[in-house]
Amino acid sequence: MSETQIYSLRVNGKLREVTDAWLGESLLYVLRERLGLPGSKGACEQGECGSCTVVMDGAAVCSCLVLAASAVGADITTIEGLTDGALTDVQQAFIDEGAVQCGFCTPGLIVAVHHLLDNTPKPSEMEVKEALSGNICRCTGYGRIFAAVTRVIDQRAQQ
Amino acid sequence: MSTSVVRTRRDTLGTSALRPDGGAKVQGSFAFSSDVWADNMLWGATLRSPHPYARIISIDTSEAIKIAGVETVLTAEDVPGKLTYGLIDSDQPVFASGVVRYMGEPVAAVAADHPETCRRALAAIRVEYEVLEPHVNPEDSISGSVPPIHPNGNLLRHQRIVCGDTSVTGPVMVECEYEIGMQDQAFLGLEAALAIPDSDGGGLEMIVATQWLHEDRKQIALCLGLPEENIRLTLGGVGGAFGAREDISLQVHASLLALRTGRPIKMQYSREESFFGHVHRHPAKIWVRHHASNDGMILKIEARMVFDGGAYASTSAAVLINAVTHIQGPYRCANAIVDGFAARTNNPPCGAMRGFGVVQACFAHESQMDKLAQACGLSPVEIRLRNAMRTGDRLITGQPVESVAPVERCIRETDAIALPPQMTSSPHELSLPGGSGRTADRSHIVRGIGWGVSIKNLMYSETFDDYATARCRLDNGVVTLKFATSEVGQGFVTLAPQIARSVLGVDTVIVDPMDTTIGSAGSTSASRQTWMSGGAVDGACRLVRERLFEHVAQQHNLDPLQLEIDDTDIIDTRGTLRISVSKASAGVAFEETFEHHHRPTEDLDENGQGNCHVAFAFVAHRAVVDVDTELGLVKVVQIATAQDVGRALNPLSVLGQIEGGIAQGLGLAVMEEILMVNGIVKNPSFTDYLLPTALDAPDVVAILIEEPDPQAPLGAKGVGEPPCISVTPAIAAAIRDATGRAITRVPVRPSDICL
Repeated sequence: MSETQIYSLRVNGKLREVTDAWLGESLLYVLRERLGLPGSKGACEQGECGSCTVVMDGAAVCSCLVLAASAVGADITTIEGLTDGALTDVQQAFIDEGAVQCGFCTPGLIVAVHHLLDNTPKPSEMEVKEALSGNICRCTGYGRIFAAVTRVIDQRAQQ
Repeated sequence: MSTSVVRTRRDTLGTSALRPDGGAKVQGSFAFSSDVWADNMLWGATLRSPHPYARIISIDTSEAIKIAGVETVLTAEDVPGKLTYGLIDSDQPVFASGVVRYMGEPVAAVAADHPETCRRALAAIRVEYEVLEPHVNPEDSISGSVPPIHPNGNLLRHQRIVCGDTSVTGPVMVECEYEIGMQDQAFLGLEAALAIPDSDGGGLEMIVATQWLHEDRKQIALCLGLPEENIRLTLGGVGGAFGAREDISLQVHASLLALRTGRPIKMQYSREESFFGHVHRHPAKIWVRHHASNDGMILKIEARMVFDGGAYASTSAAVLINAVTHIQGPYRCANAIVDGFAARTNNPPCGAMRGFGVVQACFAHESQMDKLAQACGLSPVEIRLRNAMRTGDRLITGQPVESVAPVERCIRETDAIALPPQMTSSPHELSLPGGSGRTADRSHIVRGIGWGVSIKNLMYSETFDDYATARCRLDNGVVTLKFATSEVGQGFVTLAPQIARSVLGVDTVIVDPMDTTIGSAGSTSASRQTWMSGGAVDGACRLVRERLFEHVAQQHNLDPLQLEIDDTDIIDTRGTLRISVSKASAGVAFEETFEHHHRPTEDLDENGQGNCHVAFAFVAHRAVVDVDTELGLVKVVQIATAQDVGRALNPLSVLGQIEGGIAQGLGLAVMEEILMVNGIVKNPSFTDYLLPTALDAPDVVAILIEEPDPQAPLGAKGVGEPPCISVTPAIAAAIRDATGRAITRVPVRPSDICL
């Protein structure tokens, strides 16, 4: 396609060059298809489901709604950038509490929960529900997800 | 958040073993079918009809193929094999030819270097249509008042049930017509597949998200005109299914594009395309009249059930049979006359969704039970207890319920669950109806309580032998399991190793990739995989255990029949031998394959009589709702439930199924509906098709009723469907209780409450 450009994105602390990319590509597409980071998922292309949640300059955003070329200069963290390998407390709690079924919403939820707890270390039940209401899960009915978040809040409070 | 889960040391049956794929899924490294790719791959995309019903005058692909990056454009003329596919009747064209019968029907497909090139190519295909008046009223299919829109006619199936003495009448009669809207499965992981052609063009490999690999392979092979063995399918990671992956969606299109271009093809639907690319839950109208004695005993049921199957048959015939055979609900009834129709229309095709015909029937029979209770001056609980079915009772099909039927216990244990606290004087605004809209006024909020109880058949019916195959290999103390069972999120990959650990006393169990190199496992649907594939894994492990015992017995000069597994050891029940399984199996390997078949079933005769189902599960739900009576908004506060699970092989997984199913049933009760106007779908997006969010989730208090079923290989019943069935009528009943409104359709709309 003719409308292409070379630009660089700062993803998970590294500057990554994007070459030969159509300018209409979303950040989600570029992460998944060009930068080898398929952990962020696409499920609605409208910012309704939260499966593609990444943190951009400190804000949790739907990467499907961000034009990749407009994210130049931003600091982007994806599910792949949360740790260097070991599971985070949130990830472990999701496994232990049965908060994962098909797992498609999971990466977006994990990013959203980390973002919530980074900014609000001791959220109330309603603050948790509101913060996660932009992440749709079709399998669990959310019960085990709430249990996982509660576990992390309790664990961190005891530390 | 009220149900706790206990863990024990070894992940055997009955423990809440954790998902083996959990680590990959929380890190984003689990490969869903949309995450796979291949070198030199192209993207595939589908052109779909914008009209519900139209003649195709011409298709001109010449401009599309000229676009740089476009490799091929295919239409109906390019299908080398069978021109149609379908699960029960092969009546759906691979590509429309001459006529389109629903909005979204595939007309052409392209392969190109980039999704955006595909989009432009689709836009450049010129299709000239002669738009026809769509046939959208199922009643016209029944009466025959419109010409057939398909060579197979407009009536997909009619089934009558005549049971007992149909002249019986009762002193109490209640009747009503109920309506159920079209629900979407709305799994999150969109349809996706990667098709990789063989270098000689004689076959292909496909990585695909599906519920049934072998059925897909059969249909793909027929359409390609190739032998089945030339098509090799591997399960890609599946992002939920709920029935929507039972039919063919993009499998044949991706295969055709791959064989034509000789290059790997990736196809992946958008959310909008997904709404058009898979079948939905049937919208239905159900008229029911109950006759009862003055003390509330059901004497006769009359019903007329009309299911809109949409343009193609899919599984409509089987959905209809589930509906008509479940209209009595989990209650005794000696006399019935029921007519059920599945009609073809120019609406989107409908087929499998969690609950499969029983959801619709249940909304009708449970609404009727409340009417009956009112007419007889009984409580909703009392009317249900008086009529509750027991093991040995006969269905209106004449079939005896041989399954354990703890209906009464489900109701009583649900009833014993504490009600939620009353709303405080200053409740959190997000907990009110309307939630973050912050529209609710405390003074207009009324609380209501409602009930729903259901019966659901397990496995396939009407003579279908949906067997499952599994292989077990024990090699140096390590078990490797192989099966083609689709893991769609339900947790069979957790359960299968639990079975192997229990049967064989091992700890390390490897699950091989699911693919078509082993026999069929049947579909991940009908709440059947724990029973069927679980039975197959159990059977294969038991055969291996026999071989192991023979081996140990020979070495120690014992009778193998006196050996058994104790934790991770083999012990001699009549002597002192105790040897660990890992030691006993050192240096040897045993491999066995087992097919599990359920007992045979029968077809229904012309009067709807016959033992057509395999087994049944039961559940009770009680809903508590807050309703803003002025704005017609509903907040579901609590769902209490007691579910007949047979035996909880993994309580954490069971709880996940219960909570997840309840959320989907809540969606059908108050939120989720595909809206259609004259065949045009108005809301194919997550902006307009509303799904329950974290703020909509009620507190769920769940009790697992464990009465192991002797017919089930592991004592366990399927648990996937029951949670989403009677929760919908329970919520509707609670809204009735709060508002006094009739509420005869779901989803309940604000206008049903306050206008």
